[in-house]
Amino acid sequence: MTLDVDYLGMNLQIDALDHENRAYFAHCAEHAFHLQCCDGCGLLRYPPGTGCGWCGSGDYTWTPVEGRGAVHSYTEVVHAIQPAFKAFVPYLVLLVDLDTQNGQPTPDEAIRVLGNLTNAGGDPAPPEVVARVGIGSRVRMVFKDVAEGLALPQWTIDETAEQPARPWRYPED
Amino acid sequence: MVDTQQLDASSGAELREKYAIVGVGETTYSRGSNMTTRAMATWAIRNAMADAGLAPGQVDGMMSYSSGDSTVSQLTAADLGIRLNFYMDVFGGGSSSEALVGMAMGVIEAGMCETVVIFRSMNGYSQTRVGGTGARAVAPIAAEQLHQRSYGWQSPGQMFAPCFMRHMHDYGTRPEQVAMVKVAHSHHAANNPKALYGKRVSLDDVLSSRMICKPLHLLDCCVETDNATALIVTRADRARDCRQIPVLIRGVVGRVSKPRLDMYYQTGPISTVAGHYAAPRLWRNAGVGPDEIDLTGSYDAFTFTTMLQLEDYGFCKKGEGGDYVSDGTIFLGGRRPNNTSGGHLCEGYTHGVSMVVENVRQLRHEADDSCPIGADGRRQHTYDYAEGGCRQVKDAEVSANLGWATPGTGSALVMRRGA
Repeated sequence: MTLDVDYLGMNLQIDALDHENRAYFAHCAEHAFHLQCCDGCGLLRYPPGTGCGWCGSGDYTWTPVEGRGAVHSYTEVVHAIQPAFKAFVPYLVLLVDLDTQNGQPTPDEAIRVLGNLTNAGGDPAPPEVVARVGIGSRVRMVFKDVAEGLALPQWTIDETAEQPARPWRYPED
Repeated sequence: MVDTQQLDASSGAELREKYAIVGVGETTYSRGSNMTTRAMATWAIRNAMADAGLAPGQVDGMMSYSSGDSTVSQLTAADLGIRLNFYMDVFGGGSSSEALVGMAMGVIEAGMCETVVIFRSMNGYSQTRVGGTGARAVAPIAAEQLHQRSYGWQSPGQMFAPCFMRHMHDYGTRPEQVAMVKVAHSHHAANNPKALYGKRVSLDDVLSSRMICKPLHLLDCCVETDNATALIVTRADRARDCRQIPVLIRGVVGRVSKPRLDMYYQTGPISTVAGHYAAPRLWRNAGVGPDEIDLTGSYDAFTFTTMLQLEDYGFCKKGEGGDYVSDGTIFLGGRRPNNTSGGHLCEGYTHGVSMVVENVRQLRHEADDSCPIGADGRRQHTYDYAEGGCRQVKDAEVSANLGWATPGTGSALVMRRGA
């Protein structure tokens, strides 16, 4: 059966045939971050897919991965497009380099996972927290429960990590 | 200077200048067309056929692209009295224009038809908003989109912004440099009677316009527009029978992609775009390099897309795009003007075809500005680029169009003025 739920007024669906996303989000629902590890080349991949983007193999094993990393880039949305987000502006969309497999298979690669900057509970961060984060900021993954069988990974400031003295922010800030 | 001998390859060279664009046409640019995409498409194609001097019986191929927001060849051909030997309507956006020109060459070369019209028709303002508001903003989120749109990451601006921000981080690119793309294109639009936004803007106008999503101010973004555009491609030897000076196709590349085109940011560096991969193939096919290009049509969905492509296609060194777009080079009267029509930022957003239309007219030396038309029916260009004046590039011989879909996919086209 298609999973059909509401999140911030948005309609999220996972088709019954979409086995890869089903498995990914089922792990998330248990607040565990798992990625497909290719049985052919041994590299992790994201997002879930039916084959390995690095070598093309179709065989894989779901593998637990640590949800920690650093902001690779971001945007701060001031003018929301989706009605669901109008209440949260300005909000950050972070593109986070996972620590795991960073710099592999080439120095320019990393597994990059999108998410919003949230508080530890997975809700959008307030403006004063948004202003603290930029490229280089250390973040950790948290999970926002959406429905039975579905939680969304989100990013929050990693308060235990050493933060850059001044994360890179948009020059006009 | 690119060593064209070294770049030469038989596949591209055999077709070099064997095909031409012989007709171009468009509707007016508006925000409220009050007509269907079908009606606009037939209007634009009729104009392109009249421009080329072709009757319905002389066009037998049709191609179009859309994002599920437009009409199809079956309907358009019926409205124009065209009997088709070939048609193909493909899904896609900004990287389609140049790619379809290459595909038209291919189907003619294969003997499938003789003359192909390519169109794009969109009510990008009044029906399907290109910026993603309206119906698209509330559509269900499924499959791979769960990893993107669920985070309020849906519009092209939002999706491309991490690429743009990272370029600023990696190379020290400044907002005031990139904003000069809009300033330049607005100067060009002021000399284009068709332009939706024909008023010149200043650097301060761009930087003080409201922020949409960092690093994009409102005026860094293109203009949602209702419009249709059309091009007609045929063999160069047939082109001699047409009304206009033929514009010859030197070389083309289509939808060249970064290794992960589904999510461009999964392969780095994310401040490098598809043009990096497309450039060697383009210049090889065209047999010329960036130094031989007189004017460019670098896709301006945003100010940044123009800069990134000019850089990755080799018009300047990687990382120096900010200087290139802000030192006067891309202005009319500069060394290599870009988007002399005002482009998507000012003339109107048409998913790329309009920039090819403009360069075809430039290479004919027939830019449709306000210069007087002489007794011979040809425009008497003054080359005075003052506001409201001429926008013809003097002695334009070779142009490059650089089309953009996302940071991960692009297409390009080099054309030369024929005889």
